[in-house]
Amino acid sequence: MSTTTTTREQLSRRDQPSRRTLEKGPSGWLAAPALAFFMLFAILPLLGVLFLSFTRWDGLGEIKLDGLSSWNTVLADPVTGNALLVTAKIMFFSFIVQAPISLLLGVFTAASQKYRAALAVLYFVPLLLSSAAVAIAFKALLDPNFGLGPGLGLPFLAQDWLGNSDLVLFVVVFVIAWQFVPFHTLIYQGGVRQIPTSLYEAAQIDGAGRIQQFFNITLPQLKYTMITSSTLMVVGSLAYFDLIFVLTAGGPGYSTRLLPLHMYLTGFKANDMGAASALGVILVVIGLALALFLQRLGGKNRNASQLEGA
Amino acid sequence: MASTTQLPTAPAPLPAPVATRRRPLKTGRSRPNFLGGLGGWLWLAIIIVPVYYVVITSLKNQAGFFTSNPMLPPAEPTLDNYKLVLENDFARYFANSLIVTVGSVVPALFVAFMAAYAIVRGKGRFLSWTNNVFLLGLAIPLHATIIPIYWMITKAHMYDTLLALILPSIAFAIPVSVLILSNFMRDVPNELFESMRLDGCSDWAMMWRLALPMTKPAVITVGIYNALHVWNGFLFPLILTQSPETRVLPLSLWTFQGEFSVNIPAVLASVVLATLPLLVVYVVARRQLLSGLTAGFSK
Repeated sequence: MSTTTTTREQLSRRDQPSRRTLEKGPSGWLAAPALAFFMLFAILPLLGVLFLSFTRWDGLGEIKLDGLSSWNTVLADPVTGNALLVTAKIMFFSFIVQAPISLLLGVFTAASQKYRAALAVLYFVPLLLSSAAVAIAFKALLDPNFGLGPGLGLPFLAQDWLGNSDLVLFVVVFVIAWQFVPFHTLIYQGGVRQIPTSLYEAAQIDGAGRIQQFFNITLPQLKYTMITSSTLMVVGSLAYFDLIFVLTAGGPGYSTRLLPLHMYLTGFKANDMGAASALGVILVVIGLALALFLQRLGGKNRNASQLEGA
Repeated sequence: MASTTQLPTAPAPLPAPVATRRRPLKTGRSRPNFLGGLGGWLWLAIIIVPVYYVVITSLKNQAGFFTSNPMLPPAEPTLDNYKLVLENDFARYFANSLIVTVGSVVPALFVAFMAAYAIVRGKGRFLSWTNNVFLLGLAIPLHATIIPIYWMITKAHMYDTLLALILPSIAFAIPVSVLILSNFMRDVPNELFESMRLDGCSDWAMMWRLALPMTKPAVITVGIYNALHVWNGFLFPLILTQSPETRVLPLSLWTFQGEFSVNIPAVLASVVLATLPLLVVYVVARRQLLSGLTAGFSK
């Protein structure tokens, strides 16, 4: 309406593309290939696993609808309860161990001294190893006769770590931490580096010491980093399959047979795909519930708040 | 090593950490932090001891392994174990791993980038729904879907082929890729897109000529992260392949361990050999890799 002021919009209206073209944004078709792949190999199988949990199938022959019988098998089996317990224990202990270590190491490596940067470079090495490699290395290292214990001449280290059903869970937790703390350290390191230095400068003028700065600036500023890292840690612990499969194969007995491993062994070793699918459904429900809970804990949608606090 | 993002107009601090590897964090370290230093060195020891053990043991012969101190380097180091592993089709497993990794990471990056662009720049219910589907994918332990995937792959007569590993790997890489890429792309100032639009650019051109250069650090991050995952992946190869012709490196370690369980030094040599390629990549591209990953997940 006004003819005196030329706003950006008006300019654009006069130039070739219409305002509509300008605002329309790209076609949704650009997202289609990614969506198609994901639907086909993730969402569809997700529905598939629910369907298969109501069937009988040995993995080779015919798939037969069989009502709730797989669910009855799974729910009546004490090994399922045990697998849930083992999963919860591994999740809990590995979180308790990993979270503080990676937070502290992340803060430590974010500082500017050269030697810390050099340490951070070496910390990264476990991330390059496959879980299979890590498991094989630790199996050898923990050998009571030819491993670390006898090597250092420390009798208490020369135990049958992987054969002792009371100890093995903690060994697993340790190996998990060894492999995954470096990754979370990296996440925290990045988080700490995003904290504006002005906050620290101000705190210093106010006379806050290092510990005060840590609790009053670093920790609160790392809130979203903590949520990201914790979510990855907790949901990730439902995928520790390969490490444990190679390290202990779930044993001794059932002492490290966590849910994903139980699912694999039920499906591909005991050839009961129906029961394995029911276990898969349980796995999905737990993972989803945990992730939603952790996001809720964050208070709001992280993606909407990307630019805040930066 | 162009890891910095140059922006003419930056409304908010942009992907800072990418460029801030050396940004000093002045917390006024008047006195040295002994506790932190101690912890740092202690963790280094925890990281290094197993690596050291694996390397020295892989250089021992069978007799040396049984008689010498496990923590001391061999008196007469030998490369026989490495020779044994290399003679056992290591090259084929390496090539398989390479094909599967490149074959999944490149297409995944391509489709995820387009999706991220559409999600960030586009409007409408379909795109926000798409975004939610991918967010959901992050929260679900996708391993649980392995049984239907096994069924699909078998039905499609792709069981025991490399394609059987590539297709689901692409799909599983998409959610995290879209998330990181779109987080970065949101920070590209709208004005830049608008002025390109005014110049009559199509979305296709804007995507590759503006969005891609601006989000290069994120693209690199996502590429590395996915490559690590696929290269080290174990579950898909375990379930979807069978023969030595389609074996990938992590699986070869496991089978080798089964075959040579009495020859621990040889098994550990295979661990070293399987890790070596990644270590070389790490040494060469370390800075890019570390800064990319730090930035990618702290956003």
